Amino acid sequence: MISEFANRTFKHWSLWPCLGFLLALSVYPVLQLIPMALSTIEFADGRSVWSFTPRRNLDLLLGDEVLRDAVVNTLFFVGLSVAIEMVLGFFAALFVACMPRGRTIACTVLILPILLPGVAIGSMWKLMYNYNFGLFNQVAGVLGIEPINWLGDTQWALLSVVIVDVWHWTPFVFLILYAAIESLPQEVLEAARIDGASAWQTIRLIILPLLGPALAVAAVFRAITAFKAFDQVYLLTSGGPGTSTELLSLHLNRVFFEQNQIGYGSMLSLAIIAVISASILVARWTSAHLERGDRAGAGR
Amino acid sequence: MIPLYGRTAWIGYGVVALAILFIVGPMVWIFVNSIKFQIAIFTGAWVFEPTLANYKEVLFSRRSDLVGNLLNSFVAAFASTAAVLVVGSLGAYGIHRWHRRRLFARLLLGWVLVFQMIPVITLVGPWYLLFHSLGLYNTLLALVLTHITINLPMTMWIMLTYFNEVPVELHEAATIDGCGDFTMFWRIVLPLVVPGLISAGILSFVFSWNDFAIALNLTARDTATVPVAIARFAQQFEIQHAQMAASSMIAIVPALLLIAFGQRYIVRGLTTGAVK
Repeated sequence: MISEFANRTFKHWSLWPCLGFLLALSVYPVLQLIPMALSTIEFADGRSVWSFTPRRNLDLLLGDEVLRDAVVNTLFFVGLSVAIEMVLGFFAALFVACMPRGRTIACTVLILPILLPGVAIGSMWKLMYNYNFGLFNQVAGVLGIEPINWLGDTQWALLSVVIVDVWHWTPFVFLILYAAIESLPQEVLEAARIDGASAWQTIRLIILPLLGPALAVAAVFRAITAFKAFDQVYLLTSGGPGTSTELLSLHLNRVFFEQNQIGYGSMLSLAIIAVISASILVARWTSAHLERGDRAGAGR
Repeated sequence: MIPLYGRTAWIGYGVVALAILFIVGPMVWIFVNSIKFQIAIFTGAWVFEPTLANYKEVLFSRRSDLVGNLLNSFVAAFASTAAVLVVGSLGAYGIHRWHRRRLFARLLLGWVLVFQMIPVITLVGPWYLLFHSLGLYNTLLALVLTHITINLPMTMWIMLTYFNEVPVELHEAATIDGCGDFTMFWRIVLPLVVPGLISAGILSFVFSWNDFAIALNLTARDTATVPVAIARFAQQFEIQHAQMAASSMIAIVPALLLIAFGQRYIVRGLTTGAVK
């Protein structure tokens, strides 16, 4: 019987399919990056031709001036957008949780952007930011303000891209914090109210400390996804004007697929993966260290 | 949470209304632009004659292949979602039942963590070479395989939390009654975690539908998905605003439908996926 056979062997093969995918399409490609990073790869007659040129790729990496801009832009982009999203998301969650009625519908609308295609979001904001007929410059015109070249001015472009990211991902912060606020112990809040704590005191001294873990999760998760941002920025500015919105993933895409420097692109990918792995290790070590410190403190 | 009353309630409603306006504004703006003639878009007219011309243009004209793109997107999203649910729930169940403490389960989950953090473009390069050498470049199969790979970690994460909620007593009772391993999974555990399958399924579908970075580089004209087509409208020498708006409106329909009917599952999936 097939079912008997399946029953007897299920234990052994249930992990195979997912191991297969992880090995073939994520571990293998990352390992493959190593020989790729040491070579120059060109296409001739539809076949790839490899030549061993480790020095050349390293020189390209060290001499890449756009890369420096991309790193600075990415850090600025991640820092600013995550900071704004945390603040806005927290207050949105707080106010929605306090509404006597209409929470479900508010929630549905407020989390919508998470699910939309990044490219469609880029289109929306491209129309909002348009110099001649976008909503912002039309409003500015009514108010008598000089129109701003949101996406074409090096001063504004990165900020405009940050605003789009805020629109896209504040909903995610909102969702995580809203779920956390909903599950706060009611008695504590009740007690604070009876003791005559003001709203601000309740938020600062009770809600924020209790939300600590949720805040950390939301911030870390957002920092990771902001670091990977690609779709909207590709559509909005493609990194321009100049290099003012060139983020790391855009630069990587350009090196790989526009300049066709597969070898150097792999070197850059490996560098990014190395930095990320190192930061994961540091983060784990720090949090383990802090936990141990906490426990020691509690023991005393 | 302590509900606000009186004047403070109105302030609260006001803030939430502002937030909703901020979210809905851009969507209304693109919708309004999608039903304007190109000339009305360029003049920024507030009063205009609504038209479906842009939708007809992107769907039925020779210069656009959006119907084909939609078909590609649907095939890729459905196939990768179905496959990721099978592969992901089998894998998560295997880890949950037999390998929870084993080193390699830990390595697997650690790898999943790293994999979630690296920009997907770092892998698209090797994928490109791999699929070229296998003759799979510019096929929907390649797209489906990569979408399974990127959605697998999230699916396993969600399914693991659901499997952990199934009471151990059920396993014990079924084992005593002589239930085999596969029958247990198929007849007893799986029906209990259907909400988890729905959550993971909706999110996998949406993420596959939305994917741009992979589809941009692994597809060519006849296998392009909807996001790639939209980007083409936006990236041409002269940006085709009307077509870009109409095709974007079409592209967000699945998300709107899914959130209207499956909001509960989406919220649950996103919060377990992130928090656990």
